[in-house]
Amino acid sequence: MGIKTVAVYSIADNNARHVRMADEAVCIGPAATKDSYLNIDHIMLAVTKTGSQAVHPGYGFLSENAVFVEKLEAAGISFIGPSVEAINGMGDKLESKRLAQAAGVNTIPGFDGIVNDADHCVQIAREISYPVMIKASAGGGGKGMRIARNDDDARDGFRLASQEAASSFGDDRILVEKFIDKPRHIEIQVLGDKHGNAVYLNERECSIQRRNQKVIEEAPSVFLNEGTRKAMGEQAVSLCKRLGYYSAGTVEFLVDSEQKFYFLEMNTRLQVEHPVTEYITGVDLVHQMIRIAKGHPLLLTQKDIPIKGWAIESRVYSEDPYKNFGLPSIGRLYKYIEPLHVPNVRCDSGIDEGSEISIYYDPMICKLVCYGNTRNDAINTSLEALDSYVIRGVTHNIPLLRDILTETNFIEGNISTNYLSEVYPDGFKGRQLNSTDKQHILAIAACVFSKMDMRSYTFLNERPSTAKRKEPAEWTLVISLFDEELQCDVKKVGNKFHVHMKTDTLSVEDHINLSSPLIQTNINGKPIVMQLVSKDASGKLQIVYQGTTFTIFVLSDKASKFLKMMPEKPTVDVSKVVLSPMPGMVKSVSCEVGDTMAEGQEVCIIEAMKMQNSLVAGASGKVKAVHVKAGDTVGEDDVLIEFE
Amino acid sequence: MRSKMALYCLRGAVRSNYIRRNYGVCGVQLFNLYSTAAHTLRVNQQIKEKRKRALLGGGESRIDAQHKKGKLTARERIHLLCDPGSFVEYDMLVEHTCSDFGMEKQKYPGDSVITGHGLINGRIAYMFSQDFTVFGGSLSSIHAKKICKVMDQAMLVGAPVIGLNDSGGARIQEGVESLAGYADIFLRNVLSSGVIPQISLIMGPCAGGAVYSPAMTDFTFMVEDTSYLFITGPDVVKSVTNENVTQEELGGAKTHTTTSGVAHKAFHNDVDALLQLRNFLGFLPLSNKDPAPIRICDDPWDRDVPTLDTIIPQETTEAYDMLEVVVNVVDERDFFEIMPNYAKNIIIGFGRMNGRTVGIVGNQPKCAAGCLDINSSVKGARFVRFCDAFNIPIITFVDVPGFLPGTGQEHNGIIRHGAKLLYAFAEATVPKITVITRKGYGGAYDVMSSKHLRGDVNYAWPTAEVAVMGAKGATSILFKGKPDVSKYEAEYVEKFGNPFPAAVRGVYFKIGIELLFITTVSS
Repeated sequence: MGIKTVAVYSIADNNARHVRMADEAVCIGPAATKDSYLNIDHIMLAVTKTGSQAVHPGYGFLSENAVFVEKLEAAGISFIGPSVEAINGMGDKLESKRLAQAAGVNTIPGFDGIVNDADHCVQIAREISYPVMIKASAGGGGKGMRIARNDDDARDGFRLASQEAASSFGDDRILVEKFIDKPRHIEIQVLGDKHGNAVYLNERECSIQRRNQKVIEEAPSVFLNEGTRKAMGEQAVSLCKRLGYYSAGTVEFLVDSEQKFYFLEMNTRLQVEHPVTEYITGVDLVHQMIRIAKGHPLLLTQKDIPIKGWAIESRVYSEDPYKNFGLPSIGRLYKYIEPLHVPNVRCDSGIDEGSEISIYYDPMICKLVCYGNTRNDAINTSLEALDSYVIRGVTHNIPLLRDILTETNFIEGNISTNYLSEVYPDGFKGRQLNSTDKQHILAIAACVFSKMDMRSYTFLNERPSTAKRKEPAEWTLVISLFDEELQCDVKKVGNKFHVHMKTDTLSVEDHINLSSPLIQTNINGKPIVMQLVSKDASGKLQIVYQGTTFTIFVLSDKASKFLKMMPEKPTVDVSKVVLSPMPGMVKSVSCEVGDTMAEGQEVCIIEAMKMQNSLVAGASGKVKAVHVKAGDTVGEDDVLIEFE
Repeated sequence: MRSKMALYCLRGAVRSNYIRRNYGVCGVQLFNLYSTAAHTLRVNQQIKEKRKRALLGGGESRIDAQHKKGKLTARERIHLLCDPGSFVEYDMLVEHTCSDFGMEKQKYPGDSVITGHGLINGRIAYMFSQDFTVFGGSLSSIHAKKICKVMDQAMLVGAPVIGLNDSGGARIQEGVESLAGYADIFLRNVLSSGVIPQISLIMGPCAGGAVYSPAMTDFTFMVEDTSYLFITGPDVVKSVTNENVTQEELGGAKTHTTTSGVAHKAFHNDVDALLQLRNFLGFLPLSNKDPAPIRICDDPWDRDVPTLDTIIPQETTEAYDMLEVVVNVVDERDFFEIMPNYAKNIIIGFGRMNGRTVGIVGNQPKCAAGCLDINSSVKGARFVRFCDAFNIPIITFVDVPGFLPGTGQEHNGIIRHGAKLLYAFAEATVPKITVITRKGYGGAYDVMSSKHLRGDVNYAWPTAEVAVMGAKGATSILFKGKPDVSKYEAEYVEKFGNPFPAAVRGVYFKIGIELLFITTVSS
């Protein structure tokens, strides 16, 4: 559009991609968000200093902050977003529900008012009948939300939700409403202009969530029929018109199994998952937002908006999917390669190789958006992209994303917001392998080991007497994956490794480069993609197959025989200690040395990335030592509390 | 050679069977006719039996006891250390010479050590492996002679010597002969030092005078939980100083790799230790006449490393992990760190650049701000001298705020210990590349392979700052008693808190975020 851009950044982001891409960049303060990205004064200063004419707030931070918009407007600067009234009206859950009802939008039964305290919360919950949802009035993005199924839950939920609300939004008002079981989260993208026009850009299916945060989104939804889509769209447009809403916005609905839908909330900003809508409608939402902010009328009418093909967005997070479907992980991305070589893939990310994922900001690494003519095409493209997506230095959720995309319920479109807890009732355990998968992984591990062994014999500047020694070409190996052990004979024949296991012989082409993070070769003529994460002299290999990292031990048969004679090292008994599940800050400690705690009782709360996690005693016992106090910063697996 | 011998024995066996089958029935008469053959047969038989006994060491029950302790036998260790079928044993049939205390009745072929040479990843190495199952691995004069023989041979050929130590100590029955044996070994340790790499792997007890041999070798590795190094054991300690201490606390792997700095690294168990040792040898040249080895390398020498741009924090007082810089620079993030848990304010170890071994030295800002103190100076100095002796180029990453102040340091001789590092860097004639990542303050700047100590190529990163001292200290001296010292402090930072003062004086080769990788530098 030929518009010059200014980026604002905190000290921690001085080297970030947006800073380098913008025409100008202004530092607005230290890493902590309240001193930089949430600091309205600093941003206003940056705006006036650079002579900017308009501000696009992105998503998160100040994107739905009316005070900020007021200040901009007072300074005569355009805000690329909706009006103060719209933000205020929709920003408050209670108010928005009233407005929605007035506009003829279906809403969820619930209590229309502010909850005073935990007892009040329990009383309301009983009136509406369990299960209920307790959430922050000012909330969004899943923060400050708790589900309660009984009185105890309601009490705890009220306390945690109001604390989170206070720390995240500076507003601890809480409301309670009926919780709809097995709902789908489907949202309608809308665009309105300053001339009273509004259109809907169809739906996004965002049901796959963990702790009320979206993981995989797609457009369109496999579930909606044309009638429901139209009804939802029209209600959303009606709400916009009622509000006089302009700019891009999203009306979120819960949809039950009978395609009945209820208004959830309206996000008065661009959504994280907007690319899927852009793919299927061909409309550039940011472009439209800028046009609207300038005062141009919408050129699109409802009939100009098609559904073309299918788009899936996988949110790649820096988090450990094996813990509660994702607890934040921090670190530096020492290797980072986006799978942009795969056609129809879009990677929206703000990071590069070398970037640090810190505890200050959201742990999202990238939005991987894949497009196809059909849903299947989009899924297959996603799989190909995820398999060759190289991320090193942090724990990430690709194992989970990859697994969901091939899971039967997902493929059949049989999903709800409870999807993860229903499909993985015991938590996510990594990719489950069939015998062929296993064979392929073991074969690749054997070849990597053999290749390493061969290389350790090849010196370029040795004395001739030594240099004459031929490298080995045959190996008898013992490979273990999980607790299984398998003998394996490897032979190097020409440009191939012949790997013999049990009764099968696999032929692996030697395209393995030990320095490359990707292993792309053929097994028995069929192409496979794996990733080599690490390798060491003790025979420990880490190989990524279909998203999940597998740890494999490869040893020569004699080393393996000797290793069996080695004593097992005693492991630390973890039932007597409470470990920090992730890096973060200690919010509060609720026990002291000498206290007797019951199993499951809360011992402390860790806050990271604005999420509070209540840690509980693993077994009943007396507290022997408390190693932390409120305000301490802790790392993953730090011992917080010890029991006798 | 071994296989030839085996073949010979085999042939002998076939022949004796043949004779027994065809002539045996006639008994003595026929044997008389073939009396020389009978003699040969008898000798062959004896060789066979002795070999068999030698292979069994101290016998089945002692082997079992060894295994129960979680240790491999001396032979198993060699078997695992060497390439298959490459070990050639020396002096397998030698026996001890002691005739006191009834020792003449207890003899084991080969005595309490196995010696020889073998190939490790196709490269020759000499080795000895003490056999705890024979007289507790104690050192007899013949034991010492066997070790000396391989050490002499290794010097002659120019190949590393590896000692696998597992010995109760001196053979008390032999008295001064045993002590003389130790001294013979010590002397060879010293004469070989800097000529061939010497590596000790402590895989069991190593006590008393015996400890000085590993101490004088270039690298001492230990096995966790099963190896001990001490001058005197817990019993003697108790009787002399009345301290109660366990073997593990006194001289276990953890003590020596974290507290005393005697050992360079510890491994989980025998297998891990031997596999890692094979890997480690790949970094070393065979002798001081050989160049640093170059292995085939798949990691592109001109690989861009954007990560290096983000490691150094914006705040000059904020710590970071220098190890991150190191692993991102070396081939395939493969860095063999030496003494990772001792004097952690300096990092030393081996990596490869475009396949060639390099020695890495780096201040570690994460620990004690990366300052130099007694322990880190000694740790660094010894490593630099090893690299210098064995033609291994040295890359130094500098972020040093100075020497650690205090009476503890001064009274224990930081001056003479710090001088060791200074001496080592100045003395070294191998290629030396230095990268100043951040601070280079005071005398410590000079010490850390500065341009002025014959540094070949010295780089500064944009975050570099070289000065006599930090801003606060400097201004408090320069402007003593003046009001508004903080104003001068800012001026000082402006002047010295950047790479320019040194750059304009031509100290650096280049200011830049890219590193020049070693490709053509020859030793």
